[in-house]
Amino acid sequence: MNKRDLLVEIGCEEIPARFVGDAVRQLGQKLADWLNEQRISYETYHTYATPRRLAVHVHGVAERQADLYEEVKGPAERIAKTPDGSWSKAAEGFARKQGVAVDDLVFKEIKGENYVFAKVHHEGADTVRQLQEGLPEVLQALHFPKTMRWQGRTRFIRPVRWLVCLFDDAVVPVEWAGLTAGRKTRGHRFLGHEIEITHAAEYVNALKQQYVLVDATERRELILQQLRQLQEQRGWVIPVDPGLLEEVTYLVEYPTALYGTFNEEFLTLPKEVLITTMREHQRYFPVEDADGHLLPYFVTVRNGDDRYLQTVVKGNEKVLRARLADARFFYEEDLKQPIGQAVAKLEQIVYQENLGSVGDRIRRMANLASAIGERLNLEQKELQQLSRAAQIAKFDLATQMVGEFPELEGFMGRTYARKAGEEEAVAEAIFEHHLPRFASDKLPQTKIGGILALADKLDAICSSFGIGIQPTGSQDPYGLRRKAAGIVQILLSPAYRSLSLDELLELSLEQLEQAGLLKQDRAGVKKDLTEFFSLRIKTVLQEEGIRYDVIDAVIASGISHPAEVLEKAGVLMDQLSRESFKQEVEGFTRVANLAAKADGAELNKEALTEPAEQALLRAFEEAEALWERAAEQKDPAALYSALAHMVPEIHRFFDEIMVMVDDPAVRFNRLALLAGIMRLTRRFASFEYLVFA
Amino acid sequence: MNMQEMIKRLQDFWSEQGCILCQPYDVEKGAGTLNPMTFLRSLGPEPWKAAYVEPSRRPADGRYGENPNRLYQHHQFQVILKPAPADIQEIYLNSLRALGVDPLQHDIRFVEDNWENPTFGAAGLGWEVWLDGMEVTQFTYFQQVGSLDVDPVSVELTYGLERLASYIQDKENVFELEWVPGVLYGDVFGQPEYEHSKYTFEISDPDWLFRQFDDFEREAKRALSENLVFPAYDFALKCSHTFNLLDARGAISVTERTGYIGRVRNLARKIARAYIEEREKLGFPLMNRKGGEENE
Repeated sequence: MNKRDLLVEIGCEEIPARFVGDAVRQLGQKLADWLNEQRISYETYHTYATPRRLAVHVHGVAERQADLYEEVKGPAERIAKTPDGSWSKAAEGFARKQGVAVDDLVFKEIKGENYVFAKVHHEGADTVRQLQEGLPEVLQALHFPKTMRWQGRTRFIRPVRWLVCLFDDAVVPVEWAGLTAGRKTRGHRFLGHEIEITHAAEYVNALKQQYVLVDATERRELILQQLRQLQEQRGWVIPVDPGLLEEVTYLVEYPTALYGTFNEEFLTLPKEVLITTMREHQRYFPVEDADGHLLPYFVTVRNGDDRYLQTVVKGNEKVLRARLADARFFYEEDLKQPIGQAVAKLEQIVYQENLGSVGDRIRRMANLASAIGERLNLEQKELQQLSRAAQIAKFDLATQMVGEFPELEGFMGRTYARKAGEEEAVAEAIFEHHLPRFASDKLPQTKIGGILALADKLDAICSSFGIGIQPTGSQDPYGLRRKAAGIVQILLSPAYRSLSLDELLELSLEQLEQAGLLKQDRAGVKKDLTEFFSLRIKTVLQEEGIRYDVIDAVIASGISHPAEVLEKAGVLMDQLSRESFKQEVEGFTRVANLAAKADGAELNKEALTEPAEQALLRAFEEAEALWERAAEQKDPAALYSALAHMVPEIHRFFDEIMVMVDDPAVRFNRLALLAGIMRLTRRFASFEYLVFA
Repeated sequence: MNMQEMIKRLQDFWSEQGCILCQPYDVEKGAGTLNPMTFLRSLGPEPWKAAYVEPSRRPADGRYGENPNRLYQHHQFQVILKPAPADIQEIYLNSLRALGVDPLQHDIRFVEDNWENPTFGAAGLGWEVWLDGMEVTQFTYFQQVGSLDVDPVSVELTYGLERLASYIQDKENVFELEWVPGVLYGDVFGQPEYEHSKYTFEISDPDWLFRQFDDFEREAKRALSENLVFPAYDFALKCSHTFNLLDARGAISVTERTGYIGRVRNLARKIARAYIEEREKLGFPLMNRKGGEENE
C-alpha cells in the first residue's frame, strides 16, 4: 500500500507563549492515538509550533485503514439450532445482521457451552474519509487551562483563523471551528505573505521562505546561537533562564537577537530587581561580566529580521528606562518606610476573605514559630531572633517593589531588613521562610528560617482546610500541595526530625479554633489534613524509588515523623531481597488477621499455659525490649529485627495452637496476645499490604 | 505627530471602518470599557461598532503631576466591534500604519494579557500589543460583561494615548507631550492633575463619600425598578468612582472592601440583564441592519 504524508496546521491568533509547547505535544499525541485507534498505520510524526500555528506532519501514513477481522459471538448452540439440527430463526437473524452466510458460522465453546460465532471482515475505509470525520474531534480535544469563544460555539485558546490539511498534495477539506481546511497558510505577520502549500512535505521549507521557522527547536537553537555570538563579540556572559528562553521561543516566528543599553546609575539597584524588571516586564536577557556583575546592557529577541534594528533598539531602551526609573522610585520609597510602619499596614492587607488580614496571619505564625522553637530547645537569643523574624516576616508585602513584582517577596524583605539594620539571622529568616518555593528549590539553611518556614506553611494549609478550601484535581490556587511538600522536606532534615507532624497540625488547628477560624468540624479537618500529608509523603517515597505496596504498608503506620517513614520504607525495600522475608510477613499477616477479632480483650499472662503460648509471650516481651532499645538508638533496621525476633514463635504458635476454641476465656486471651503483637508490628508497618509475586 | 493629530487620525481610521464616533461619556469612570457605549452595547445580540476618546479617572494613580508616567486621569482611545471581525488583528495593524507606525520598521507583538474588571463582572481574553517593547494597546475579546456570557463576542481595542504619544513624539515625560503646536499636555492637564491628587488624598471627605455611595446605590436600584437602564447604569458608575475615591483615600478597610465591590457588581449584573430585556422589548432594533453585517 502506498504511504503518504499528512499535514495538519491550526492557524491561530497569537497563542500565549506558555501554552504553545504543551498544546502542540497534545496535538501530536492525540492525532497519533487517533490514527492507532483508526487502524491507520504511520511511520513517525513531527510537531511544529509558533505563536500563530500548531502543526503536525505525519510521515508514511497508510492510504486506507487496515482491514479488521473479528469474531462476533452469537447465540448458544441450543438456541442456534432447532431440534432437527437445522439453523434456527435466531441464527439466521444473527448471520444476516453480521453480513455472513449461515453456513459460515462456526462453533466455539465458552465455559462448557457452545456458541455460534460469525467471522466478520471489515474492509478498511479511506484514510481521507476517516480524517474528514474524525479530525475535528481530535482538534477539539486539545486541552487548555482557559479557553475562549470568538464566533460560533467553538472554544479554543485563541481564535482559529485558518486550517491546513493535506494528504500528500491533496486537500482534505476538514471542517472545524467554522473553517474548511485548505492549503493556504500565512507567513510571518509582517515579512511574509499568504501562500499555498503544494505538498505536505513542503511545509517547513515553504514557511521558511515566508520568514517563519516552524520548528521550535530550530528557533531555540538559533536564539542561543545569536546569544553566543553576542557573548563572543562583546566579551559578555548572558545567563539564560530556561523558562525565559522557552517563552521567547514561542513569542516569535523569526527570531533576531539585539542588544541595548541602560544608564549605569541603575546598577546601584539590587541585581535581582534589575533582572526581574527586565525579565518580567520585557522578557529581556540580562548581561553580566565574567565575574557575574551585571552590566548596563540587555538582550531582547525581536520577531523579525535585522532591518531597522536601531529603531527597535531605541524603542526598547526607552521602555526599559521608564521601567527602571519606576523600580528605582519604588526602591527609594520603600527604603524611606520604617519596617514598623510596613508591618502596621499588614493589618489592612487581606490574606483571605474568611481568614482576615496578613496581620492576623503573622500573629498565628509567630505563635506557631515560638511553640516549635521551644520544642527544638532554642536558646534565649535564638528565640528572640525568631520572635522578631516572625513579627516582620511579611513586612515586604507592604512595599511597592513587592506590589510590582510579587516574585521578589522575601528577597526584598531580606534586602530592606539588612538596610534597616536588622540582625543578619532575622533578615535571612525573612527570605528563608518562603523556602522551598518549588520542587527542586533549596531548603532553609538557618534554624530560624526553617522554623518560620514550617510555621508559615502550616498556617497556610491548616487555615485553608479549616474554611473548607482544599486542593482538588488540578485546582490548587493557593499552592497548598507545594507548601505541604515543603513541610515534609523540612521535617526530613535531621535538625527537625524530632518534631511530630501530628503535633504541629494540632498546634495550628488549636490556634485556628480559638480564633474562631475553624468553620468545619475539627476532627474532620484533621482527618483531611492527615490524608493530604499522606499523599505528599507518598510522593516523596515514590521519588525515592520505593515500591507502592511498601509505601502503603509504612504510611498505614502513621506519618507523624516523615523521616522515620522514609527509613522504615528503606528497611522494607532491603528486606524484600531476603528469602525468609516472605515467611516473616506471612506470620505478621496471620497475627493481624486474627487479632482483628480480639475485640479489645485484655491479656491475662497467667492464663497462657500451653508451651507454644508461653514461648510466644516470651518472644513478644523480648521483642518489645529490643524495640525500645532500637528506638532509642534511632536504628530502623534494628526496629525491624525486633519484630522478626518473634517470627519463629509466631509460626510455632499457629502450628500448635488452635486459637478459635469454644471456651471464650481461652479464645479471647489468645486473641489478646495476638492483638498485642499486632500493635507492636503496626508501629512499623501494616505488613498485610505487602505483595509477593 | 501631536496628540490632537493622533486622535484625529484614529477617529478617521475607525470612522472608515464603519464605527460610530461617540463622544466621551459625562460620568466619571476608570476606563473606556465602562462607557455605556461599550459596557451596555456589548450585551445582547445586536451588532455595534463605535469609537471614542475616553478620559479615564484612576484616583489611586494620582501623583500630583510629579510622576512622568502616572496620572489621575489618562486618555484611552476606545474601539468596540461587535461581532469581532475575523481580520481584526490586520485592521488594528492598519490603524497603527495610519499613525505612521510601519510594522516592518518596528517589533510588534501580541503578548498574552487577560483582562478583567471584577467590579463590573467583566472579563475577556486577549493581548497587550507591544510596540518595540512598549505596551500601546489592550486587545480583548469580551467573554463576560455584567457577569453574563456575551454572544456574539465583541472585540475591544484600547489605545493608551499618552503611552503611544510618548513613543511617537519620543518624550520621557507625559507632561511634555505636544497637544497642539505651542500647547503641551502639562499646560492642559498639569493643574487638574495636582488638584485632583490633592483632593483625593488629602481633602476628600470620606464620611460624605460613604453617604454618596449609599445614595447612588439606592438611586440606581430605584431607577432600575422603573426599568430605566441607562440612568441606573449612571448611578452604578457613580458608585464605582466614589468607591475608587474612598479606596485611594485609604478609607475602606480590609473587611469592607469586598463588600463594596460586591455591591457594585450586583448592580452591574442586574443592569446588564435589564438592558437585554429592554432591548428585546424594543425588538433589538439594530439587528439585521445592512451596516451591521458588513464584517460578518
